Amino acid sequence: MPGFITNYLDKSVQMTPGQYGSPFWALVYILLVFGGVSLAVVCMNWLERKILAHMQIRLGPMRVGPHGLMQPIADAIKLILKEDIIPEGADRFVFWIAPMIILLAVFSVYTVVPFGPAHAITDMNIGILFMLGVSSLGVLGIVMAGWASNSHYPLIGALRSSAQMVSYEVAMGLAVISAVLMTSLNAQGTGTLSMIGIVQAQYAQHVWFIFKFFPLGLIAFFIFAVAMVAETNRAPFDLPEAESELTAGFHTEYSGLRWSLFMLGEYGAMIAVSSIAVTLWLGGWMRPFPNLLGGPTWELAFSFFPALTFFGLAGLTFFSTMRMPKHSFFRIQTIGLGAFGAVFALIGVVLLLPPVSSRVQDIYWFIFKIAVFMYLYIWYRGTFPRYRFDQLMKVGWKILLPMGIGVLVLTGIVALRTELWDFMHEALRRLVHV
Amino acid sequence: MAPITTIHYLVVAAALFVLGVIGVLTRRNVVIVLMSVELILNAVNLNLVAFSRIWGLHGQVFAIFVITDAAAEAAVGLGILIAFFRNKETVNVDEIDLLKW
Amino acid sequence: MEPVATTFFFYLLSGLAILSGVLVITRKNPVHSALALILTLLCLAGLYLMLYAPFVAGVQIILYVGGIMVLFLFVIMLVNLERSQKEKQFNQQWVPGILAAVALGVLFVTIYIKGDALFVRPEMRFPEAENTQQIGQMLYSNYMFPFEIASLLLLVAIIGAVVMAKKRI
Repeated sequence: MPGFITNYLDKSVQMTPGQYGSPFWALVYILLVFGGVSLAVVCMNWLERKILAHMQIRLGPMRVGPHGLMQPIADAIKLILKEDIIPEGADRFVFWIAPMIILLAVFSVYTVVPFGPAHAITDMNIGILFMLGVSSLGVLGIVMAGWASNSHYPLIGALRSSAQMVSYEVAMGLAVISAVLMTSLNAQGTGTLSMIGIVQAQYAQHVWFIFKFFPLGLIAFFIFAVAMVAETNRAPFDLPEAESELTAGFHTEYSGLRWSLFMLGEYGAMIAVSSIAVTLWLGGWMRPFPNLLGGPTWELAFSFFPALTFFGLAGLTFFSTMRMPKHSFFRIQTIGLGAFGAVFALIGVVLLLPPVSSRVQDIYWFIFKIAVFMYLYIWYRGTFPRYRFDQLMKVGWKILLPMGIGVLVLTGIVALRTELWDFMHEALRRLVHV
Repeated sequence: MAPITTIHYLVVAAALFVLGVIGVLTRRNVVIVLMSVELILNAVNLNLVAFSRIWGLHGQVFAIFVITDAAAEAAVGLGILIAFFRNKETVNVDEIDLLKW
Repeated sequence: MEPVATTFFFYLLSGLAILSGVLVITRKNPVHSALALILTLLCLAGLYLMLYAPFVAGVQIILYVGGIMVLFLFVIMLVNLERSQKEKQFNQQWVPGILAAVALGVLFVTIYIKGDALFVRPEMRFPEAENTQQIGQMLYSNYMFPFEIASLLLLVAIIGAVVMAKKRI
């Protein structure tokens, strides 16, 4: 095997391929991340329809495959086979390039997402700055998609959507700065913008940043959580693309494969901003209580979690296989569902093997936390009513921005004077007791 | 091929600068003139960052200030353009001559 | 960490930047010009990365491409007239304009040929892992005064832009 492949696999190399300088392995990681995100988008499509349906006391897709499991595949085939309509008078070049710019922006963010201490494509010195900057390139794609469609619904939808995204980017930036400020409380007194460095700062300070300087970390996380939902145009901030509002907003005139590119971009952006939130506040790839419950026995206990998750999923699948109707029409579906459950069980068994289990820990916990965020996204969509546009802008500028500035100033003061923090805590305690 | 030295970056910056100057001097659309001014500012930035490799980080700090000022100037310039467009319905530099006697 | 394929990426990025620069000044449709300018800015961000300036590259992407170009696209959409695209695109003094620019280019080339001996200092290679930290320390020690003035400038620009774009003050 040539040197450029095996040199990186040496045990002593604990760096990402980008830092090590190996283009081959960087390419392998890029393909893995690309495939993983695409698979995640397909799963999200099915999960969203099923979970939303169950929240609304209905069943969702049940026909195409057992429990609608083949529905995303059927949707993909339908979208590929649809006619590609370009509206008359539309600027063909800009119409063609707009979904590509959105996808470019969304997928470039994944270059610095840290799945583990050495499991990222690269670790830039400006990691979080790069992620925020590149995700703001998506606004350009939306503006161009709306403008190039030569029709008023997409134009108004694009203007509203881009105004909303730009407004909530400011609040996001302030929340991110207050989290980065917390990374500077180490021995050298210098913080870091690199994503892997931020998680390692949380490990060194023995606390997830969401719990640091309670409640400042929590408020910063809350601001970011609200702003990230608005940034990705999801409910309750989905006025620009909701069906009953502006037909479909900026992607009204797009049909077939081009529209599916927009959907890919939207779900990809959701996963990207969730990964920012997980890295900055929720400890990234660390398992719960890495310092408090340390030691080899706890490591062993926590290392069973990936396998247990897949065994749980396999159990659920077998349970619903049992509950399938006992009719000859459903035989194929029952067998398919059973095979699906068997695949889950097989993956669980593979994850029990020691060489796999020791490598997959970081990635598992990171993906688990992102899955929690995806569930929260779907939960918000099923629960909250939609914001009107002026209410949306009011929340972004008049509520989140002052809150963000306040959190930033307070975090700065508190980080500098921890004694002041203890004093305030004591005063509050006395006030509450009175 | 020869290794890439500072002169290579300076030549690229000079080319972008000349392109920006041509754009400012020859186009009639005000928005494109403003975009050519942005080209000029970016050429200057490239020069600053290329020299900061030799003389220290001051070049990069100054480049950040140039980017900030370019943002402020673009915002004000486009505000003026919108205010003028509301009055005269044109974006032609030849027709923006209200102060001509 | 050794850089990979520097020559190839330099020629690719700078060629693309100059090509899009030409497209910026020659396109009839202002939206196409704006797209070409976005491509130029992104290529320049790549060149900054090659010059070991990752923070400037990040700031360029966030501010220039993600902020200023979005502003430009909004304004182009607001003032875009079909009529303006059918008129002549170049003004009447285009010949003296190009001659002046070419003279400027000749001046640059002369300076670079004559002054080649000035660039004999060896190029430093800053450790990339500390670029942001060092820029931050410089901003808050040597350049604190310009830093505060820049924030004041941005405040004035915000108020000015809002006042000028309003219909009734």
